[in-house]
Amino acid sequence: MESGLRFLLLNTVVTLSLAVMAGGCSRVVDTLDEPSAAEPVIDPRVERREVRRPRIDTENFELGVYTGFISVEDFGSSTVYGGRLAYHITEGLFAEATIGQTTAGRTSFETLSGSVDLLTPDERRFRYYDLSLGYNLFPGETFIGRNRAFTSSLYLLLGAGSTEFAGDSRFTISFGAGYRVLLNDWLSAHLMVRDHVFRTDLLGEDKTVHNIEFVIGLGWFF
Amino acid sequence: MNLMPVHALRLLLLGAGVFLHFVTPAQAREAHYVVEVAEPFLELHSGPGRGYPRFHIAERGERVEVLSRRTDWFRVRTAGGVEGWASRAQVSQTVRPSGEAVSIAPPSRLDYLDRRTEGGVMLGDFGGADVLSAYFAWHATRNLSVELSASDLNGRFSSGWLAGLNLVHQPWPEWRVSPFLALGTGVIRVEPRATLVDVEDRTDQVGHAGLGLRMHVSRNFMLRAEYRRYVVFTSRDENEDVNEWKAGFGFFF
Repeated sequence: MESGLRFLLLNTVVTLSLAVMAGGCSRVVDTLDEPSAAEPVIDPRVERREVRRPRIDTENFELGVYTGFISVEDFGSSTVYGGRLAYHITEGLFAEATIGQTTAGRTSFETLSGSVDLLTPDERRFRYYDLSLGYNLFPGETFIGRNRAFTSSLYLLLGAGSTEFAGDSRFTISFGAGYRVLLNDWLSAHLMVRDHVFRTDLLGEDKTVHNIEFVIGLGWFF
Repeated sequence: MNLMPVHALRLLLLGAGVFLHFVTPAQAREAHYVVEVAEPFLELHSGPGRGYPRFHIAERGERVEVLSRRTDWFRVRTAGGVEGWASRAQVSQTVRPSGEAVSIAPPSRLDYLDRRTEGGVMLGDFGGADVLSAYFAWHATRNLSVELSASDLNGRFSSGWLAGLNLVHQPWPEWRVSPFLALGTGVIRVEPRATLVDVEDRTDQVGHAGLGLRMHVSRNFMLRAEYRRYVVFTSRDENEDVNEWKAGFGFFF
């Protein structure tokens, strides 16, 4: 389109956004500086009790790392590393963002033929991210020995994201289940199995691939 | 598509957050909130949830320290040193040693209307491609907000990303299901599939107008759905029009 219109649009949006932000800030100041109203007819002389929100440390976020195995369909299985950040909404529901990476192996065709390489080493990097919703299904306690009990729960995960592999990124659905044991008030241990499903035409035909991952990890509540 | 800078930035931010958490002086976090049990007893569960067993009770008149909170559960320590988790419903029945009520109500409808910051994710269709987007909004007034968004696009023949600045006007914020209008601009990056013959990657400016619905579900949780019409200002003779539909959820902080 004519560059004039483009700049007009860009300018309008940016200017309006700045105006809105500035307006919002000044509104806060306004409410602080508001002059007191005229003397009331009746002075009730009621001391207003101030309600203060208690300052209690909230620990709804959980940051974690994990490692394990992932089976990249047609490309063997390899070690995967990843990180996750969860936000616990209620005692049951949580939202989670995950990033993981592995280096895929060789297809059996490549191994048997000896000298053929379908992908460059760079393209073998398999990296995924996803945003999921999780639900703590079975809360309970795990007993280790006679005297030791840990709080635990089994949870389900369902999410969507993207997988970058063989020079392309693909829309990916992920689902799975995990087992979380709280080692103390702020540290958790996880055992997780998830499947990352996406469609690809990498080996000629268009097909759905399943990449199942089995990992163990640690999480910190903060 | 190279996601590295985005990932690196994300990790850096997380790292900074964690670092700040751990370097906060211990005594600053140790100043605990003390409450007195006013009902016949306060139940202590072994974990932060209804399903975890009760293993101890604090009796009326006993003072307990509130150590931390996770969702609707409070980790408390009794005078005898027993630590456990108490529900919000029961903790809100306690009183401060001064006799003041403990105000720990969940986010209300008013908190929702007066929210300042909001974030969420949405999933949908962008001109035939799958789109997954995350947004962060700052509310200047109940009606007006500014949003930053990032979308990941994955189509059959190409993939890419879209980053944008969005101005949102909500004429009736107090409605439970409330419509909003959006106007914005941004940058789109499109990369053709590696399995196709080489086509040039493109980065273009986009402009959009949109219409959507927002619904406050409960607490700080809301649902959101929207339609946007994009104009991609290409370097060719003609501009492209793209329709986008998406739906998702968000939280306010």
